[in-house]
Parts: sequence; structure tokens; C-alpha cells
Amino acid sequence: MIELKNISFERNGKKILNNINLTLETDKFYVITGPNGSGKSTLAKIIMGIVSPDKGSIIFNGQDITDKTIDQRANMGISFAFQQPVRFKGITVYELLKLANKNVATKQNACFILSKVGLCAKEYIDREVDSSLSGGELKRIEIATVLSREPKVTIFDEPEAGIDLWSFKNLINVFRQIQKDYHGVALIISHQERILNIADEIILLEHGEIVAKGKKEQVIKDILNPDLIVAGGENNG
Amino acid sequence: MDKIVNNILDEVIEKDYKQADAYNLRVNGQTLKRQTNPYIDIINKDNNEGIDIHVKDNTLFGIIHIPVVLTERGLKDKVYNDFYIGKNANVIILSGCGIHNDGHEDSQHDGIHRFYLEEGAKVKYIEKHYGEGSGDGSKILNPITEINMKKGSSMTIDTVQIKGVDDTLRETKAILEEDTTLVISEKILTNNKQCAKTNFEVVLNGHNASTHVTSRSVATGKSYQEFKSNIVGNNNCYAHVECDAILKEEGVVKAIPEICANNVNANLIHEAAIGKIAGEQLIKLMSLGLTEKEAEETIINGFLK
Repeated sequence: MIELKNISFERNGKKILNNINLTLETDKFYVITGPNGSGKSTLAKIIMGIVSPDKGSIIFNGQDITDKTIDQRANMGISFAFQQPVRFKGITVYELLKLANKNVATKQNACFILSKVGLCAKEYIDREVDSSLSGGELKRIEIATVLSREPKVTIFDEPEAGIDLWSFKNLINVFRQIQKDYHGVALIISHQERILNIADEIILLEHGEIVAKGKKEQVIKDILNPDLIVAGGENNG
Repeated sequence: MDKIVNNILDEVIEKDYKQADAYNLRVNGQTLKRQTNPYIDIINKDNNEGIDIHVKDNTLFGIIHIPVVLTERGLKDKVYNDFYIGKNANVIILSGCGIHNDGHEDSQHDGIHRFYLEEGAKVKYIEKHYGEGSGDGSKILNPITEINMKKGSSMTIDTVQIKGVDDTLRETKAILEEDTTLVISEKILTNNKQCAKTNFEVVLNGHNASTHVTSRSVATGKSYQEFKSNIVGNNNCYAHVECDAILKEEGVVKAIPEICANNVNANLIHEAAIGKIAGEQLIKLMSLGLTEKEAEETIINGFLK
């Protein structure tokens, strides 16, 4: 369904992504993992159009979308849940969900989506998406905006980042549910073993290159192989 | 009444003023229509300088409309409106003011509103300012609001200036006694070469007096805005002032905070944030399918809602 061909991205003389070739198929739940600075977030942002690659192309359902803007890709069915969800003063959760999907015409629809991410809808629907919400609440609202779009490709950038353990446990249940219900490509960037455990396939990124891709049993074995993984890494992966 | 006046009334007031319990419509410096009831009285001041509004003690859920319209080119209108709100009365006051100016001369309205809240009185005051017209004469609005709050009274002020006012200086002064609460929310959008200045001066004299001042503004084009606040805490009291501004194009915003605690138990906070729309906000909304322009409009509309 989505294919990355020879994607390279370089900044300040450093190769962030080096000739990435990757095919992601429908109805599969992928997890990208790897050390900090391995290029995971950059790769995800390239798929959404937030970052443009220096070289290579992105093919979505047979169409080259390399030059498409973020909103064009969004309207083609690609969706992105941000690592650090953005706050909006004056915009309520309900309004944000309506922006995400015009078909969410009623509060009842919006409440249904919020309940999918484990939020008691009545408490949140009229609240502003501002600093009065905790990190965990924001994260789930972020995931709700993505789910409400009913996307063909869904990218989650480190959904576990910045949330407490209790929220994380709930988040895992949300992902289990997505995996069960969802028909499309799901791509999650994560370091968490419990998220790796629910993947159909794991992609291991290291210094901007894919060093392993396959069933979780095999890749987890690779991850545990000290010869393959270089310890540490840089920030801003 | 002519069409222009009606159009302006549509812009500055949300509902038909004639449905209010009491109203006073002022057009081009003259009172055109008035209604009172046994609880709310409106009396002319001498020399047509303005009106006195008297609300009796224990009046509940009274709604008072005092719209002002200027359509006469070059008119400079100054009016004193004094509100005497009786003990434990609870009223909503709507003060919409609009100027239509097709001429070369400036049109100006200076509304001086003085509020005297007796013990336990509750007031919600909503003020909306608007300007329109094809002339190059400026549309100027300079409201002054003075508030005196007795023990246990509370007041909420919502002011909005969204369109068309070329020059404004808004001054708000309040003196708060014991157990009083004053909440002020201000929304301003300026464009072209418009200038908007606001000054808040709140003196918290009483034990448990509190105030919350929120200003949200958007400065676009080559417009200029200035936000000044001066909060003085003279007792065990609480104040929170927030100034948030979004800049576009060559808009300029200056925030001048001043807080002065004269008592060890005074708790005064001032927050100010000025900047352009965050790139992450635009990207998020674009990732929901909005174009960059739609995303920007959505962010600004929400911010000023």
C-alpha cells in the first residue's frame, strides 16, 4: 500500500536516513524501533509530508506522493499522531474532532470516538485543548483525532512518550483494540517492549538504515544480539 | 430607523435589545428609545451628558441593553453612564457600540461607564465594539470603565473588539473591597494601521478580593497594540493577569505588566506571551486535512472566540 523508495535525508553533513527502501502492506501493524537518533521520527514525518526527503520517492496506492503537501496527503488517507500533541487555546475537544472528520457532526459521535481511547467523553468533550489537560489526556485526544479520520495509513510517533505508567497501560489496550478493528496500515514508533509485542512486524532502524525487518520473534532476537546494536545514539531521532 | 443603524445593531448585540427588561438606545448622541421597569430605572443626566441606571436591591436576572450607534460623519460623542447596582441584585448589562463612517472626518465615541456595586451585587457586563464605513475618516472608540465593588459583590466583564475600529484607548479601573471577585476577559483583533491600547488598573483593598484579567489579541497588517496592567494588592488577595497575543505580518504588540504587593499575603501573578502562530499548530491542523490558510483561520477564530 505504501512504498518508500531510496529515501535519503541529510542535515548538517549528517546522514539521518540513508537509502531507505520499505514496503508497508494493508492490514498490518508495524512498529519501528531503534536507538535515539536512528531516524525513526524523520522517516515518519517524511511519510506524512512534514519533512521532505533529499532523495527518493514515496508511492501510495500506486501514486507518487513525494511532492504532495501535508493536507493533500491527509485527504488521501494518511494520518499522524504527534509525539508531543499540540495545544490550542479556545478550541474544544469536540471542535478538534469535528475538524478531524466532518462526519463527526454530533457530540454523540465525538463521545463514541473518545470512549474508544478510554476517555469519559462527557468530561472532555467541551474542554479546551489547552494546558488544563494532562500529558496522558492530550495523548489520548491526539489518538482520537487520528482515529476519527478513519485513515488508510496511521502513523503514531512514540505514543508512550510523556505519559505516566497508568496511562500507558490504558494506551496498550487502545492499541490492541485498534489492531483488532482497524483495516489499513498502522505504523508505530516505539521503544516499549509491550508495544513491540503487539506488532505484526518490527522494523529496526540504526544510523538511518533498516538493519532488520520481520516477525517480532526474529527481530527481538536481533535486538538482543549485541553485535547488531550499537549502544547509545544521538537525540532528535 | 434606517438600515445602517439596524446593521450596526446586528453586529454589536447578539439579541434584540427590545427584549431586554430595560434598554436605552442612543443614536448620534440622542436617546431614541428607552424602556424601564419597576426594578430598573434609567434617568437622563443633566445637559444630555448621559444616563443613570438604578437597579433596586435584590433585583434578580435583570437584563439591561444600552446600545450606542454613530452614523453621523465627524460626530464626536461623549457619554457618561453610571450604574448603581443595589444590594444582592443580579443583572446582565450589554453595551454594544458601533460606528459607521463614510466621510473624511473622524467619528468618535467616548463612553465613560461607572459601576457602583453594593454588597452582594452580581453583574455581568458585555461590551462589543465595531466599526465600518467606506470613508477615510477614522472610527475612534475610547471607553473608560470605572468599577467600585462593595463587600461580597462580583463582576464579570467580556469585551470584544473584532473589526473596523481604527483607534482605541480602553481604560479600566477597579477598586475591590472584601470578598469581591472581578473577572475581565478582553478580545481584540486589529488590522491595517489600527491602534488599540488597553490599560487595566485594579486595586485589591479587601480581604479575599480577587481578580482574573485575560487579554487575547491578534495584531495583523501594520497594526499596533499595547496592553498595560497595574494590579495593586493591599490585603490578603489574589490576582492573575494573562496577556496572550498572536502576531501576523507586521503587527506589533507591547505588554507592560506591573504588579505591586503591599501585603505579605497578596498573591499576584502576571503572564504574558506574544508570538506568531506556532508551526506545530499549523502542521497538526494540516494533518487533519486543512489547508495552511484554513488552519490559520481556525487557530485565530478559536483564540478569539
